[in-house]
Amino acid sequence: MAETYAIEMNGITKTFPGIVANDHVTLDVRQGEVLALLGENGAGKSTLMSILFGAYSADAGTIRIYGEEVQIKNPNVATELGIGMVHQHFKLVHNYTVTQNIVLGMEPRNKFGLLDLESAEKRVRDLTGRYGLNVDCDAVIDDITVGQQQRVEILKVLYRNANIIIFDEPTAVLTPQEIDELMDIIRLLKNEGKTIVLITHKLKEIKAVADRCTVLRRGKVIGTVDVGKVTEEDLAEMMVGRAVKFELEKTPCKPGKVMLSVKDLEIHDSLGNKKVHDLSFDVREGEILGIAGVDGNGQSELLYGLTGLLPVQGGTITLDGRDITRMTIRERIECGLGHIPEDRQKHGIVQQFTISENGALKDYYKRYAGKMGVLDYHAMTENAASLIKQFDIRAGEGAQTPAGSLSGGNQQKVIVAREISLSPKVLLVAQPTRGLDVGAIEYIRRRLLDERDKGRAILLVSFELDEIMNLCDRIATISKGTLVGTYRAGEVSERDIGMMMAGSRKKEDA
Amino acid sequence: MSLILGMIPMILMMVAPILICAIGGMISERSGVTNIALEGLLCFGGCSAAIAHKLFELAGVSHSLSIVVSLCIGSVIAGLISLIHAYTAIDLGADQTISGTGINLLANGATIFASQIFFKADRTKEFQMGMQTDRLGIYPTAYIAIAVVLLAWFVLYKLPYGMHLRACGEHPAAAESVGINVRRIRYQAVLVSGILGGLAGGCCVLTQTIQYTSNTINGKGFIALAAVSFGRWTPLGVTLASLLFGAAQAFSVIATNFGALRVLPSDFFNILPYVITLVALIFTSGKNYAPLDVGKPYTKGAS
Amino acid sequence: MQKSDRNQKDLALRLLESNGFISVLVVILGFLAGTILVLLVGRNPGNMYKAILQALSGYNMDNGKMNVRYVFETFNYAVPYILCGLSMGFAERVGLFNIGGEGQYIMGMTVAEVFALLGPQVPGLHWFACLVLATLAGALWGGVVGVLKAKYEVSEVVGTIMLNYTALYLSRIICLRLPGANTYKTANYPETATLFNSLFDKWTNHSMLNNGLFFMFFCVLLYWFVMEKTSLGYGMRATGFNREAARASGIPVTRSIALSMAIAGAFAGLAGGIVALGSFRYGRVISGMDNYGFDGIAVALVGNCHALGTMVAGYLFGLLKNAQPLMQSRNIPKEITFIIQGLIVVFIALRSGVVLIRQNLEKRRLAKEIASE
Repeated sequence: MAETYAIEMNGITKTFPGIVANDHVTLDVRQGEVLALLGENGAGKSTLMSILFGAYSADAGTIRIYGEEVQIKNPNVATELGIGMVHQHFKLVHNYTVTQNIVLGMEPRNKFGLLDLESAEKRVRDLTGRYGLNVDCDAVIDDITVGQQQRVEILKVLYRNANIIIFDEPTAVLTPQEIDELMDIIRLLKNEGKTIVLITHKLKEIKAVADRCTVLRRGKVIGTVDVGKVTEEDLAEMMVGRAVKFELEKTPCKPGKVMLSVKDLEIHDSLGNKKVHDLSFDVREGEILGIAGVDGNGQSELLYGLTGLLPVQGGTITLDGRDITRMTIRERIECGLGHIPEDRQKHGIVQQFTISENGALKDYYKRYAGKMGVLDYHAMTENAASLIKQFDIRAGEGAQTPAGSLSGGNQQKVIVAREISLSPKVLLVAQPTRGLDVGAIEYIRRRLLDERDKGRAILLVSFELDEIMNLCDRIATISKGTLVGTYRAGEVSERDIGMMMAGSRKKEDA
Repeated sequence: MSLILGMIPMILMMVAPILICAIGGMISERSGVTNIALEGLLCFGGCSAAIAHKLFELAGVSHSLSIVVSLCIGSVIAGLISLIHAYTAIDLGADQTISGTGINLLANGATIFASQIFFKADRTKEFQMGMQTDRLGIYPTAYIAIAVVLLAWFVLYKLPYGMHLRACGEHPAAAESVGINVRRIRYQAVLVSGILGGLAGGCCVLTQTIQYTSNTINGKGFIALAAVSFGRWTPLGVTLASLLFGAAQAFSVIATNFGALRVLPSDFFNILPYVITLVALIFTSGKNYAPLDVGKPYTKGAS
Repeated sequence: MQKSDRNQKDLALRLLESNGFISVLVVILGFLAGTILVLLVGRNPGNMYKAILQALSGYNMDNGKMNVRYVFETFNYAVPYILCGLSMGFAERVGLFNIGGEGQYIMGMTVAEVFALLGPQVPGLHWFACLVLATLAGALWGGVVGVLKAKYEVSEVVGTIMLNYTALYLSRIICLRLPGANTYKTANYPETATLFNSLFDKWTNHSMLNNGLFFMFFCVLLYWFVMEKTSLGYGMRATGFNREAARASGIPVTRSIALSMAIAGAFAGLAGGIVALGSFRYGRVISGMDNYGFDGIAVALVGNCHALGTMVAGYLFGLLKNAQPLMQSRNIPKEITFIIQGLIVVFIALRSGVVLIRQNLEKRRLAKEIASE
């Protein structure tokens, strides 16, 4: 008997202005299996699945579902074919209830064509019972946790009787415990006979649940392997295209005096929710302190509090002996606080400004201002030209290139160049390599280590455990807004940190 | 007491166009499209209705038929104009404030231009008889307004369509992902705001005056806009806000009848809606009642 | 052959990306649509252009007479358009939409009228003080919204719209109490309060052109200098492009926002003062809007919010305004100019369509390249 494929995608090509997202991609998924789709950020995984789900249309190529060729023009067609997608960025209406979100687009109606929310709720309860996915049907999305929101997404798909379920980077925002639960759910769905595609760049998850794995790199298929027959290292190599060096050469750490000292910090977000509490740490000259943790445990608020983007409700921040807790953002910068922000597009650069203008963003009013506040644009350009050379920034029109036309890696280099050239006493670094290609990642990590060796105090916040383990001299873990343990690198395993991310302390520490 | 009772028809007359127009604006904004062109839409509707009614009168068409058809013509014209806004805002992803401003400016010129063409004057010719009041002295526009509010509430909260429309204003990508056609719904919502704006313009000109001039609308569209925001984008809120603002407008006309109010300049009441809205905006700052995605262009497929 | 084909396409794309070219294009489109409309209603569009020519050069094609007065009248009309354009433009550059130029203009006008009629009549100083106060009044009216925006995140669009009509009725309340006020005007100004310039009067064959012209040129220069050259302007532009990045970089964003709205209001307030004292001999009790503030939005958009561009666009609008009575006398409804102005703004909104066209072209090229591989 010939094997039945649930999905056959053949020669799929999709272009966006400036990039080729999928280049003649061919993908087969067997009925009832869990297939992992592995690739780095920007490898074209999400685009491929968006085409399968009908969110984009392919420029070329064919799709067969259960052997029949189909045209998936929009999500409705996909739904009719029994394809469902659990989106990475949840597609939930924030002020609707769980039930309303689940039935949206396929609402039960009474005989007059009116909304029938009662029978909707009954059907949703049936579903939650059947799959053991506990959520409060009447709760408003704004009021439930991220993990619960993901369950609503899964329920949405099940409500539409999907037999093929696509999970798009489902673990990015979950705690290790929630990840385990999700893995159980995926296994349960598989046992129910569903076909599952898991988009991810995390090798552990693939080893945990997937049967086969297809690897994408820069829009092309590199190969498909049986997960049981390969190691994580094999997969990693396929993903990035060469043997990955998991560790950077590092000189021993020579910590000096305390440069940044944080005591009993409490920070609320803009809506007034307490996001950081009882948080204390020190960072010394010549060391990198890493803060590990799952996204959404107060990292952003901590950084905003330190830089002055959010007010601090309690505690003190001391920089080189000066209390900066109540200072404005500019005063903190003048005291020697550098910041490579988490969201570089939002906080790091001005897209419409040139590299030259971006380079002066923090000190234009001092360094370049002359009489009557007239700026010396010539000097600004010269400085930018030297930064471009020093930091190997690839820009078409030199210092006059608009920052918005640079690649992500080069935009990040502009920010890194600016922050380092200001010679800060303390450098706050958040997610410095997210979404960058391997070359840029290595360069930026190397550069951070160089700064450490020059005696800079660096605080690194990252969701990538690898990055933390590779760069940091001491590692703290944040969970629910507070640090649950700080250890010297080498004294703690990835496993321990994973446990702490979920809020439990290491035994001897408790 | 009887004096206050006697004012009710007057207040209702002032409230009706504002309310009808505001409900249109609310629907457009709930679907995610800002509509600051309400003022212009009122102008287009009011002028078209005035011209049509006068021409019908001259042609000897029966009065009640002429009123109904004129209102319809006003609605259709304003509806067509609103499609310009829909096209730029939805299909081209243009700045919605700019295209709304453009329509407002266009309305200034186009309405008087039309009067010049039809009547060789910078205003339409006076018609003999506008809408007639019922036994209670109330114009039919009040009942039209009530019907519009009830219908809007019913569609927005009782029909699946309304749930889809509101989702488009909060999270269009979510709506799209469950197969809702965001573009179509937003087009329909803007069109409805145009039709209601035109209807409101017609109601205004056929009850409050006997001709259309460049001063007939005079900010009523902006009061409606204020009512949408002060009423927090819900049918009940918008209704109450329109009542308040309409009453203030009525007071500016009839304040001279009250000894105690005569010390205040009549323009004081004209200012009220705007100042109340501004103060309300300050007091509700931080809490956002506006639809989350209003004013942002949505491109299909972008997450 | 193929290469030159692509070069041509690139040129077309580059032109579409150039803001100046787009501005010229929308103006031409606006006039084109206006011409078609005139044709449709059975009038002769040639008369429209004759009127515009007369407003531009003073030459009347119908009787062959020259009158230099028209040329300078156009300048006079352009002054408030340019100032209101600068008002919209200044806020735009900081990322704000100042739809309140009208209210700021009215406040400037009102305060100028009050001080002209009630202030001390010091020769040479009285009118100057009037204009300064008008400027301050406009700054206050704009600044209030700026502060509300910066402190309480009140939408500047809604805020300024509310203040427009507040200004209109407030102005009525105030002006109705001025000396000699009836339902539409007050008493005549004292001699010391007018912007009358006797040299201009002599040279321009009694046009209304007045001392306001100097203030306009000064403002254009100031706008350019502050925006493009100074540290303050740099911070404001950064704020306009990316408010969050500006804030994170230590730029005092709330100050920029409040200050920019105040400066924007100052330009419009000055425009109000100049119109009040330059174009009229008495204070007006207004019953509707002059629309300079609203038209200023169009002026700034056509001028891409740059100093020189705004000046040119403002001149164009002044030209149309001056041509209005000349059109009316040639049997062209003068409102056609409003229609052209409105259409220009609508066409500017269509500009974002150009981006879509460009993306589409590029996409098609890429798809072709891949397919041919």
